[in-house]
Amino acid sequence: MKKGKLLLAASAALMAAAATPAFAERGTDGDLKIIFWQAPTTMNPYLSGGTKEVYAASVVLEPLARYDENGDLTPYLAAEIPTVENGGVAEDLTSMTWKLKDGLKWSDGSPVTAADAVFTWKYCTAPDGGCAQGAYYEGVTNVEALDDQTIKISFDKPKPYPYSAFVGAQSPIIQAKQFADCMGAKAPECTDANFNPIGTGPFKVAEFKPGDVISYVANENYRDPAKPAFASITLKGGGDAASAARSVLETGEFDYAWNTQVEPEVLASMMSSGKGKLETAFGNLVERLDLNPYAVDSSLGDKRSTKEAGPHPSLSDPAVKKALSMAIDREVLVGAGYGEAGQPTCNIVPAPAIYASPNNQDCLKQDIEGANKLLDEAGWKMGSDGIREKDGVKLSYLYQTSTNSVRQATQALIKDWWSQIGVAAELRNVSANVFFGGDPASPDTFQKFYADVQEYANQFDGADPEKYLAGWMCDKIPNPSNGWQGENIVRYCNPEYDALIQELGKTAELEKRAEIAIKANDMLTDDFAQIPIIYRGSLSASSTSLEGVKINAWDSELWNVADWSRKK
Amino acid sequence: MTDATYIEDEKPTSVWGDIWRQFRAHKGGVAGLVVFLIILFTVYVGPFIHTIDPNKIDIRAKNQGPSLAHPFGTDNLGHDMLAQVMAGGQISLAVGITAMLLALFLGTLVGVTSGYFRRLDGPLMRVTDLFLALPLLPVLLVVILLFRDSLRSTFGPETGIFILIVFVIGITSWMHTARIVRGDVLAVKNQEFILAAKSAGIREFRIILRHLLPNVMSSIMVSATLGIASAIITESALSFLGLGFPSDFPTWGRLLYDGANFLQITPARVFWPGLAISLTVLSINYIGDAVRDALDPRMLKR
Repeated sequence: MKKGKLLLAASAALMAAAATPAFAERGTDGDLKIIFWQAPTTMNPYLSGGTKEVYAASVVLEPLARYDENGDLTPYLAAEIPTVENGGVAEDLTSMTWKLKDGLKWSDGSPVTAADAVFTWKYCTAPDGGCAQGAYYEGVTNVEALDDQTIKISFDKPKPYPYSAFVGAQSPIIQAKQFADCMGAKAPECTDANFNPIGTGPFKVAEFKPGDVISYVANENYRDPAKPAFASITLKGGGDAASAARSVLETGEFDYAWNTQVEPEVLASMMSSGKGKLETAFGNLVERLDLNPYAVDSSLGDKRSTKEAGPHPSLSDPAVKKALSMAIDREVLVGAGYGEAGQPTCNIVPAPAIYASPNNQDCLKQDIEGANKLLDEAGWKMGSDGIREKDGVKLSYLYQTSTNSVRQATQALIKDWWSQIGVAAELRNVSANVFFGGDPASPDTFQKFYADVQEYANQFDGADPEKYLAGWMCDKIPNPSNGWQGENIVRYCNPEYDALIQELGKTAELEKRAEIAIKANDMLTDDFAQIPIIYRGSLSASSTSLEGVKINAWDSELWNVADWSRKK
Repeated sequence: MTDATYIEDEKPTSVWGDIWRQFRAHKGGVAGLVVFLIILFTVYVGPFIHTIDPNKIDIRAKNQGPSLAHPFGTDNLGHDMLAQVMAGGQISLAVGITAMLLALFLGTLVGVTSGYFRRLDGPLMRVTDLFLALPLLPVLLVVILLFRDSLRSTFGPETGIFILIVFVIGITSWMHTARIVRGDVLAVKNQEFILAAKSAGIREFRIILRHLLPNVMSSIMVSATLGIASAIITESALSFLGLGFPSDFPTWGRLLYDGANFLQITPARVFWPGLAISLTVLSINYIGDAVRDALDPRMLKR
C-alpha cells in the first residue's frame, strides 16, 4: 500500500515535471481555435482603436511591458521595469530608460533594436497619421536610442507615472524596416504591413483576411524556445456573441471566445453541457451613454455632430442630462443583461480602488419622480403626446448602439424609463463591425456619432487613468479634419477639465494624483458628459481543455497566449 | 356607351359567382383562405381582446412559460409574447401586402408595356435583366444606408423606415412578375379578339385595360401571392441583420431573431413567430394556387 502511494507520488511528480516549460516543446499542441465575433479588420493597433484589433495584434506585436492579470507591470521586450529605485527613471521624473532583453529577434530573423522603438514613436506621432493611440505618446518630447538596446524617453514635464509609451497592448513596438514608407498620411495605404506586421510575439501572421479569419503560426524566432505550445492559431471572426459563446461552451468547436456578452440565463443553459467555463475579470470597463453636445440633425449634412453644427437643442441643458441619468435603474440593467459580470456604477473610472470616486452614489438609485420634477423646473412642459417640449424643441432622441441582444435589452429598458419622464427615444442598432469599425466613410460609426445618444463600453489599460482621462480633452474630439479619429467620442470640451488633466500630468505624489483623477471623474459625471451605467467585467469563454488562460482586464486577453496549452 | 355599361352591370355578379365556385373547388385554397383570415383576425382584432401593450416591460415576469395572463409566455424583459406576435404581425403583414402591391404594379406595368409595344420590349427586358442580376442584400444595405436619414427626417422614424423597407422590397422583387406578364401578353395579343378590338377602333390604352389585363390576371395573381410571402421573408432577413425596423418595433422576423438565443429556455419565443410566418406564407401560396385556377378563363365552364 505504502509502496503504491509512493509510486503514485513519484509518477505525479514526474508528470508535473513534464508539464514544466523546460520539458515542453514548441508547437506540440496543434491548432488553437479562437473566435472573435467582431472580426478584426487590421493588424495594426495604431490604425484602429478597436479592442478586437488590439487583441488580435497583441499575439504578434509586443510592447516593452504589459500588465498582468492583477494589473501589475511585467517586462516583455524590456529586461526589467525601470523605476526611480533602479535608476531607470530619472530623479526629476522627466525621462526614463528602458533596456531591451538580450538577443531579441523579429519574426523575420533580424534583431530588435532601440531604433525600432524610436521609429514607433515617430510613426504614431507623425502629422496627418491619424494614429489611434496618440494618447499613449502624450507628453513625450523625444525618444532616442542610446545604444542598440537602450531606449531613452524624455518628457516635456515630470511624469510621475511614466509607463505609457510602449506599455500595454495599445502601444506595441513595430518594425522600423517594415513600416519605413508608411509614415503619416500613407499609413493606411500600407496594406501588406498593416495586415501582416512583423512582430516579436509567440506567433506570426500566416494569412490575414480582413473581417474574416486570421491564421497565425508559431514564430520560430520567439525568444523562449519552448513556447508557444500551440503550433498555430486560427482566429475566426464573425457571428454574434451568443453563437461565439455556444461554440465554446456548448459545442466545443472553439477553444476561446472573446466578449461573450449574452443574457446570463442563456449562458447558464449553455454551460450545463460542461465543455467550457466563463472567465470574468473586472478591470475598468464601463458601459456608458454618450449624450451628444452638438446638433445632429441630418439637414446639417457633413457638419452634424461637429462643433460647426452648433450646440444640441436640448442636450446642452444640464437639467435634461441629469434627468436622463436619474431615470435609469442600473440594478435592473445588471440583472437583465449582465448577471455576475456587471455592477451598477456612477463612475467613469471605477477602478483601481484609489482612483474610484466615492462621491457618486446618488445615481445608483432610480428617481423617476425627481427627474420629472427637475424637468418641470427647467421649463420642459409635458406635451399632449407624453413628450416634454420647450420652445418647440421636443425631448426626443435617436439612441444608437451596436447590435447585441444585451444592448438591445438595455435600450428597451432605458427607453421605457425615459418614457416615464416624458422623453421619447428612437432606437437604432448598428452591426458591431460597422459601429466600432472606424471606417471614416460609414455614417454609422461611434466616432461619427450621428445620433443624440449612444451606448458602448470603454476602458483603459493598466492601472493609471491619466491617459484615459486625457481622452476627454478638447483636442481629441473626432472630426472630419482628423479623419474622425480621437478618443473624445462624447465631444466633451471644458477648458477647466483640460487644465485639470495638465495638472495631473505634473503631479507626482500618488495620493495627490488620485485626488485629481477623482476630481476629473467627478467633473465628467457632474457635467453628465457621459452617463456611466454599468461597471462590466470582461466576460469570455474558454474550453475546459485549455490550460494557462489568465483573463486579463488590464491588457489584451491574449497577453499570455504563449503560455496557453492543451490539457493532456 | 349606355349599352356597354348596361351589359357590364349585369355580368360581373355571375362572373364573380363563377370564380367563387371555382375557388371553392380547390380544397387547399379554401383551407389557406380560412387560415389566412384567422391570422388576419388575430393580428388586427386580437389586440382589442388581449389588451397588454406589446412594449410594456415587466422585468419581474421575465422568461415565463405560457400562462393564463401570458398565453405565449414572456421574453427576457417581461414583454408579453402574444401581444408582441400580434403587433409584429400587423407590421409584417402590412409590409408584405404593400411591398407586394408595389412590386405587382411595377411588374405589370413593365410586363404589359414590353409585351404589347414591340419597340419597348428590348430595352425594358434588359432593364429587368439588370435588376435580376443585382445581388439583393448588398443593394438593400446600401439603399438603407443612403436614404435612411433623409426619409427619417421627412416622415418620422417609423413611417420613414416603413416606406423605405416597402420601397426597397418592392423595387427589388417586380422582375419575375414582369417576365411572366410579358410572356402572357405576347401570347394573348395575337389572338382574334384583340384584333377585333383594334379594328373596332378602340384606343390601345382601353384594349390593354379591358381586353388584355383580364386575360393575364391569373398569372398576376399568382405572383402576387408569392410576392407577399417573399416580402415577409425579406423583411425577416433585414430584421435579422438589424437593418429593418428599430429593435423595439416587433416584427415576426425580429421576434424570431431575438428569440433564437432563448430557444432552450423559452421555446415559445421562437415557435409562435416562426409558426405565424410559415402559416402565412403557406396559406397565401395555397390561396394563390386556387385563385389562379379560378381566374383562368379556360377553366370557367359556363
